[in-house]
Amino acid sequence: MPLTDSLRDDILASVPSLRAFAISLSGNGDRADDLVQETLLRALANIDSFQPGSNLPAWLFTILRNLFRSDYRKRRREVEDADGSYAKTLKTQPAQSAHLEFEEFRAALDKLPQDQREALILVGASGFSYEDAAAICGCAVGTIKSRVNRARSKLSALLYVDGAEDFGPDETVRAVIGGSGGY
Amino acid sequence: MKDVKSKNAAPGKQGGLNAEIQSRIGHQLRAMYDDVVRQGVPDRFAELIRKLDGSEPNPQLGTAGDKNDGRD
Repeated sequence: MPLTDSLRDDILASVPSLRAFAISLSGNGDRADDLVQETLLRALANIDSFQPGSNLPAWLFTILRNLFRSDYRKRRREVEDADGSYAKTLKTQPAQSAHLEFEEFRAALDKLPQDQREALILVGASGFSYEDAAAICGCAVGTIKSRVNRARSKLSALLYVDGAEDFGPDETVRAVIGGSGGY
Repeated sequence: MKDVKSKNAAPGKQGGLNAEIQSRIGHQLRAMYDDVVRQGVPDRFAELIRKLDGSEPNPQLGTAGDKNDGRD
Protein backbone atom coordinates (compact mmCIF):
# COMPACT_ATOMS: atom_id res chain seq x y z
CA MET A 1 0.00 0.00 0.00
CA PRO A 2 1.15 3.59 -0.47
CA LEU A 3 2.69 5.45 2.43
CA THR A 4 -0.26 7.32 3.85
CA ASP A 5 0.01 9.69 6.76
CA SER A 6 -1.55 7.18 9.10
CA LEU A 7 0.80 4.41 7.97
CA ARG A 8 3.74 6.73 8.48
CA ASP A 9 2.49 7.53 11.98
CA ASP A 10 2.08 3.84 12.72
CA ILE A 11 5.64 3.14 11.60
CA LEU A 12 6.89 5.95 13.79
CA ALA A 13 4.89 4.59 16.71
CA SER A 14 6.66 1.25 16.30
CA VAL A 15 10.11 2.80 16.63
CA PRO A 16 10.36 2.56 20.45
CA SER A 17 9.63 -1.17 20.47
CA LEU A 18 11.84 -1.76 17.44
CA ARG A 19 14.69 -0.15 19.34
CA ALA A 20 13.98 -2.23 22.42
CA PHE A 21 13.98 -5.37 20.30
CA ALA A 22 17.20 -4.37 18.54
CA ILE A 23 18.97 -3.57 21.81
CA SER A 24 17.76 -6.80 23.40
CA LEU A 25 19.06 -8.76 20.43
CA SER A 26 22.38 -7.05 19.92
CA GLY A 27 23.20 -5.84 23.41
CA ASN A 28 24.66 -2.72 21.86
CA GLY A 29 22.86 0.60 21.70
CA ASP A 30 24.68 2.13 18.74
CA ARG A 31 24.41 -0.96 16.65
CA ALA A 32 20.76 -1.27 17.62
CA ASP A 33 19.97 2.21 16.36
CA ASP A 34 21.75 1.47 13.09
CA LEU A 35 19.60 -1.64 12.78
CA VAL A 36 16.45 0.36 13.41
CA GLN A 37 17.49 2.95 10.83
CA GLU A 38 18.13 0.28 8.22
CA THR A 39 14.84 -1.37 9.10
CA LEU A 40 12.96 1.89 8.51
CA LEU A 41 14.72 2.48 5.20
CA ARG A 42 13.88 -1.02 4.02
CA ALA A 43 10.32 -0.75 5.20
CA LEU A 44 9.76 2.54 3.41
CA ALA A 45 11.46 1.27 0.25
CA ASN A 46 9.24 -1.82 0.27
CA ILE A 47 6.09 -0.26 1.58
CA ASP A 48 4.17 -1.44 -1.48
CA SER A 49 4.62 -5.02 -0.33
CA PHE A 50 2.96 -4.33 3.03
CA GLN A 51 -0.55 -5.75 3.07
CA PRO A 52 -3.05 -3.22 4.38
CA GLY A 53 -4.71 -4.47 7.52
CA SER A 54 -1.97 -6.95 8.35
CA ASN A 55 0.19 -6.70 11.42
CA LEU A 56 2.53 -3.74 10.90
CA PRO A 57 4.71 -4.28 13.99
CA ALA A 58 5.18 -7.94 13.04
CA TRP A 59 6.18 -6.89 9.52
CA LEU A 60 8.72 -4.38 10.85
CA PHE A 61 10.08 -6.81 13.43
CA THR A 62 10.56 -9.40 10.68
CA ILE A 63 12.64 -6.94 8.67
CA LEU A 64 14.74 -6.03 11.69
CA ARG A 65 15.23 -9.61 12.72
CA ASN A 66 16.38 -10.63 9.25
CA LEU A 67 18.76 -7.68 9.05
CA PHE A 68 20.19 -8.58 12.42
CA ARG A 69 20.65 -12.17 11.34
CA SER A 70 22.52 -11.33 8.16
CA ASP A 71 24.57 -8.73 9.96
CA TYR A 72 25.33 -11.21 12.73
CA ARG A 73 26.53 -13.80 10.30
CA LYS A 74 28.92 -11.27 8.88
CA ARG A 75 30.34 -10.16 12.16
CA ARG A 76 30.07 -13.29 14.27
CA ARG A 77 30.87 -12.22 17.73
CA GLU A 78 33.19 -9.30 17.82
CA VAL A 79 33.96 -7.91 21.20
CA GLU A 80 30.46 -7.26 22.33
CA ASP A 81 29.01 -5.90 25.50
CA ALA A 82 31.66 -6.97 27.96
CA ASP A 83 31.91 -3.43 29.32
CA GLY A 84 28.19 -3.04 29.72
CA SER A 85 27.77 -0.56 26.90
CA TYR A 86 24.10 -1.45 26.83
CA ALA A 87 23.61 0.08 30.25
CA LYS A 88 25.17 3.29 29.01
CA THR A 89 22.37 3.71 26.53
CA LEU A 90 19.84 3.98 29.31
CA LYS A 91 18.70 7.40 30.27
CA THR A 92 18.18 6.56 33.89
CA GLN A 93 20.91 4.58 35.56
CA PRO A 94 19.48 2.01 37.94
CA ALA A 95 20.58 2.12 41.57
CA GLN A 96 23.74 0.22 42.36
CA SER A 97 22.34 -3.12 43.49
CA ALA A 98 19.59 -3.08 40.90
CA HIS A 99 22.23 -2.18 38.35
CA LEU A 100 24.28 -5.23 39.27
CA GLU A 101 21.26 -7.46 39.03
CA PHE A 102 20.48 -5.91 35.68
CA GLU A 103 23.99 -6.58 34.38
CA GLU A 104 23.74 -10.18 35.53
CA PHE A 105 20.46 -10.58 33.73
CA ARG A 106 21.84 -8.99 30.57
CA ALA A 107 24.90 -11.28 30.69
CA ALA A 108 22.71 -14.35 31.15
CA LEU A 109 20.49 -13.31 28.26
CA ASP A 110 23.56 -12.96 26.05
CA LYS A 111 24.53 -16.53 26.87
CA LEU A 112 21.38 -17.92 25.30
CA PRO A 113 21.51 -19.29 21.78
CA GLN A 114 20.24 -16.64 19.38
CA ASP A 115 17.13 -18.65 18.42
CA GLN A 116 16.08 -18.89 22.04
CA ARG A 117 16.89 -15.31 22.88
CA GLU A 118 14.83 -13.83 20.08
CA ALA A 119 11.88 -16.13 20.81
CA LEU A 120 11.91 -15.20 24.49
CA ILE A 121 12.08 -11.47 23.75
CA LEU A 122 9.31 -11.55 21.17
CA VAL A 123 6.92 -13.47 23.39
CA GLY A 124 8.04 -12.40 26.86
CA ALA A 125 8.81 -8.71 26.28
CA SER A 126 7.40 -7.51 22.96
CA GLY A 127 4.11 -9.22 23.74
CA PHE A 128 3.67 -11.03 20.43
CA SER A 129 1.53 -14.15 20.33
CA TYR A 130 3.30 -17.45 19.68
CA GLU A 131 1.77 -17.34 16.20
CA ASP A 132 3.14 -13.89 15.40
CA ALA A 133 6.54 -14.77 16.83
CA ALA A 134 6.61 -17.89 14.65
CA ALA A 135 5.79 -15.80 11.58
CA ILE A 136 8.52 -13.29 12.45
CA CYS A 137 11.11 -16.04 12.91
CA GLY A 138 9.88 -18.10 9.98
CA CYS A 139 9.34 -21.28 11.96
CA ALA A 140 6.54 -23.42 13.41
CA VAL A 141 4.54 -22.32 16.44
CA GLY A 142 5.66 -25.41 18.34
CA THR A 143 9.27 -24.50 17.66
CA ILE A 144 8.75 -21.05 19.17
CA LYS A 145 7.11 -22.56 22.24
CA SER A 146 9.96 -24.94 22.82
CA ARG A 147 12.56 -22.21 22.27
CA VAL A 148 10.82 -19.98 24.81
CA ASN A 149 10.68 -22.84 27.32
CA ARG A 150 14.32 -23.67 26.84
CA ALA A 151 15.28 -20.02 27.13
CA ARG A 152 13.39 -19.64 30.42
CA SER A 153 14.84 -22.83 31.75
CA LYS A 154 18.37 -21.83 30.87
CA LEU A 155 17.99 -18.34 32.30
CA SER A 156 16.70 -19.68 35.56
CA ALA A 157 19.62 -22.10 35.73
CA LEU A 158 22.11 -19.33 35.00
CA LEU A 159 20.59 -16.77 37.33
CA TYR A 160 19.12 -18.68 40.20
CA VAL A 161 19.97 -22.34 40.42
CA ASP A 162 23.74 -21.98 40.15
CA GLY A 163 23.73 -19.15 42.64
CA ALA A 164 21.48 -21.02 45.04
CA GLU A 165 24.47 -22.82 46.54
CA ASP A 166 25.48 -19.53 48.08
CA PHE A 167 22.46 -19.63 50.34
CA GLY A 168 22.89 -23.21 51.45
CA PRO A 169 20.76 -26.25 50.72
CA ASP A 170 17.83 -25.17 52.91
CA GLU A 171 17.18 -22.11 50.79
CA THR A 172 17.41 -24.13 47.63
CA VAL A 173 14.93 -26.69 48.85
CA ARG A 174 12.57 -24.00 50.06
CA ALA A 175 12.82 -22.20 46.74
CA VAL A 176 12.01 -25.35 44.86
CA ILE A 177 9.12 -26.32 47.11
CA GLY A 178 7.88 -22.72 47.21
CA GLY A 179 7.23 -22.80 43.51
CA SER A 180 4.86 -25.74 43.56
CA GLY A 181 1.85 -23.60 44.46
CA GLY A 182 2.08 -21.34 41.45
CA TYR A 183 0.59 -21.71 38.05
CA MET B 1 18.01 -32.22 46.77
CA LYS B 2 17.84 -33.97 43.48
CA ASP B 3 14.91 -35.96 44.84
CA VAL B 4 12.99 -32.91 45.93
CA LYS B 5 13.54 -31.32 42.58
CA SER B 6 12.46 -34.25 40.49
CA LYS B 7 9.39 -34.83 42.66
CA ASN B 8 8.23 -31.29 42.07
CA ALA B 9 9.05 -31.22 38.41
CA ALA B 10 6.00 -31.62 36.25
CA PRO B 11 6.53 -34.35 33.72
CA GLY B 12 7.63 -32.89 30.43
CA LYS B 13 8.67 -29.59 31.98
CA GLN B 14 12.38 -29.03 31.91
CA GLY B 15 13.95 -28.76 35.31
CA GLY B 16 10.70 -28.28 37.20
CA LEU B 17 10.79 -24.50 36.88
CA ASN B 18 9.79 -22.57 39.85
CA ALA B 19 6.92 -20.18 39.20
CA GLU B 20 8.46 -17.49 41.35
CA ILE B 21 11.75 -17.62 39.45
CA GLN B 22 9.87 -17.51 36.18
CA SER B 23 7.94 -14.47 37.22
CA ARG B 24 11.18 -12.74 38.24
CA ILE B 25 12.72 -13.53 34.88
CA GLY B 26 9.64 -12.22 33.08
CA HIS B 27 9.74 -9.09 35.18
CA GLN B 28 13.43 -8.43 34.50
CA LEU B 29 13.01 -9.06 30.81
CA ARG B 30 10.16 -6.59 30.54
CA ALA B 31 11.94 -4.04 32.74
CA MET B 32 14.95 -4.14 30.42
CA TYR B 33 12.77 -3.84 27.34
CA ASP B 34 10.36 -1.22 28.62
CA ASP B 35 13.21 0.97 29.73
CA VAL B 36 14.11 1.42 26.07
CA VAL B 37 10.50 1.71 24.93
CA ARG B 38 10.00 4.59 27.35
CA GLN B 39 12.75 6.55 25.65
CA GLY B 40 10.27 7.19 22.85
CA VAL B 41 11.26 8.09 19.31
CA PRO B 42 14.72 9.66 19.02
CA ASP B 43 14.79 12.72 16.77
CA ARG B 44 16.98 10.98 14.24
CA PHE B 45 14.20 8.55 13.36
CA ALA B 46 11.43 11.10 13.33
CA GLU B 47 13.53 13.22 10.96
CA LEU B 48 14.43 10.26 8.81
CA ILE B 49 10.83 9.37 8.21
CA ARG B 50 9.82 12.95 7.68
CA LYS B 51 12.57 13.45 5.11
CA LEU B 52 11.88 10.27 3.21
CA ASP B 53 8.24 11.08 3.19
CA GLY B 54 8.84 14.53 1.75
CA SER B 55 11.51 13.54 -0.75
CA GLU B 56 9.52 10.80 -2.38
CA PRO B 57 6.86 12.26 -4.60
CA ASN B 58 3.74 10.27 -4.06
CA PRO B 59 1.28 10.72 -6.89
CA GLN B 60 -1.47 9.00 -4.98
CA LEU B 61 -1.40 11.56 -2.24
CA GLY B 62 -1.28 14.53 -4.58
CA THR B 63 -0.39 17.05 -1.89
CA ALA B 64 2.85 15.59 -0.67
CA GLY B 65 4.25 18.95 0.31
CA ASP B 66 1.43 20.46 2.28
CA LYS B 67 3.05 20.65 5.71
CA ASN B 68 6.56 19.85 4.56
CA ASP B 69 8.36 23.12 4.12
CA GLY B 70 11.73 21.41 4.29
CA ARG B 71 12.72 23.07 7.54
CA ASP B 72 16.29 21.93 7.74
